[in-house]
Amino acid sequence: MNETPDTLLEVKDLKVHYATGGGLLGSPKSVTKAVDGVSLCVKRGRTTGLVGESGSGKTTIGRALVRLADVTAGDIFYEGVSLRALDERQFFPYRKRMQMIFQDPFNSLNPRMRLAGILEEPLRIHFPKMSVQKRAARTGELLEQVGLSADFRARYPHEFSGGQRQRIGIARALAVEPEFIVCDEPVSALDVSVQAQIVNLLKDLQKDLGLAYLFIAHDLAVVEHISDEVLVMTQGKIVERGNAHEVVAHPKNEYTQKLIAAVPRF
Amino acid sequence: MNVNEPSTALLEVRDLRIGFRSRMGGPLNEVVHGVSFSIGKGQVLAVVGESGSGKSVSALSLTKLLPSPPACEVSGTVRYGGRELLGMNERALREIRGRHIAYIFQEPSTSLNPVFTIGWQIKEAVNLHFPKKENVRAHVEKALADVGIRDAARVYDAYPHELSGGMQQRAMIAMALACEPAILVADEPTTALDVTIQKQILDLLKTIRREREMAVLLITHNFGIVADFADEVAVMFRGDIVERGKTADVLKNPQHPYTRALIACIPMLGDTRQRLTTIDHAQLEALS
Repeated sequence: MNETPDTLLEVKDLKVHYATGGGLLGSPKSVTKAVDGVSLCVKRGRTTGLVGESGSGKTTIGRALVRLADVTAGDIFYEGVSLRALDERQFFPYRKRMQMIFQDPFNSLNPRMRLAGILEEPLRIHFPKMSVQKRAARTGELLEQVGLSADFRARYPHEFSGGQRQRIGIARALAVEPEFIVCDEPVSALDVSVQAQIVNLLKDLQKDLGLAYLFIAHDLAVVEHISDEVLVMTQGKIVERGNAHEVVAHPKNEYTQKLIAAVPRF
Repeated sequence: MNVNEPSTALLEVRDLRIGFRSRMGGPLNEVVHGVSFSIGKGQVLAVVGESGSGKSVSALSLTKLLPSPPACEVSGTVRYGGRELLGMNERALREIRGRHIAYIFQEPSTSLNPVFTIGWQIKEAVNLHFPKKENVRAHVEKALADVGIRDAARVYDAYPHELSGGMQQRAMIAMALACEPAILVADEPTTALDVTIQKQILDLLKTIRREREMAVLLITHNFGIVADFADEVAVMFRGDIVERGKTADVLKNPQHPYTRALIACIPMLGDTRQRLTTIDHAQLEALS
């Protein structure tokens, strides 16, 4: 992969290994290679799709990018800056630039916080000088941006459906004005009809705000629809990559062919 | 809907109404407004609709798995093999549940009991319905092998957390099939699974259904998985069946705008649309 001017994020030979087995005091019995030498790049304002079955390591890559998983080897470059070399304080500004949307809209929102609290928390952290009135206005604006009503600020997550909660998760990610969002199976837990709404919303936001996505999913049809480039992953390795429509039309790898055969069609 | 159905149906549901009450003496909120359908021996009927359309509660009401009144009121008739299920007492229903009408649910990880082994949980059902059966372990291991679990002896002694999602769902299917039911109610059996595992589970259900001539009531929100599995489709929208027919006909030539919308919102491989079609509920509301 050559450095092109519009590359936002580049991952080089990333490895994330976990020690498994062994008791409280025993030494680990084996090492699980969740991610085993993956390189990828995400361009500004574009979508890179990452597809594979559960256990393939795709979620671990997403988590490693935002420092939710420890990297064993390899490096992550954000606008050419090595993120692995940064300490927590130096990494802080990058937390504002990179956000994440999670798979399960039921477990990723704090049930005891009102929407106002959920959306204001990132604002307080990353915009400490923002006034109370400005914060309130901003949360209302965010809710409207994702197709909800600003009046929902005083409500709790349990009052919303799965699709609405996923919109709240998206609003929370957008709060700090990120450039890059890791979308970790954002539509897998939703009905097909709601899935279509969320996919359309993500595309609209990308166009309006110039966001870059790493879109992680197991359904190749959805990934093809939203992505510019697609990476197919199995057992911690990327086995095929290329233009989304090209990969689907002419899959070269056996595993990709298997994935395509599994997508229901009629 | 169609009144002139053959009376040979295995399960016949007429004018099923289900309502919930959220507090004592409060108003009854009707969620299923008088649906009728029937399933013949060995037939697969798919009920398709979005969440909240009433498809799952309809399936649960068949063997009275919903809360009792006044929290929940069910009316209508559900006839199975000539017997009325809705008026049956608990004792008689226990004979039906599992033995005649068995269920598999969406989330295998929450429908299995985490503190018992897989084998123990399946054995419990077998002992209940076939108390005189000898060598239950062999029977259970065969049930596990029948759903494509290769090392059935190991899985018998495994706890649910030791299995992957796909394996857990297989174990759930094995449990449902261990008592050889006449009807399997599969409530979103693959929604929690990956597409590759989804295909395996659907292929498995297809094979089993053919081998055993078992009827299946498939409940799903995804038209995609209905295509080469169900004989007939009933589309449910806000508590009513709005369209019903042979699967191929409904997929190729959907009549109701809601059916068309549900089919259109599925992304297809090689699809070059810039935007996915979404369902305009306000517009549908105006039509109905």
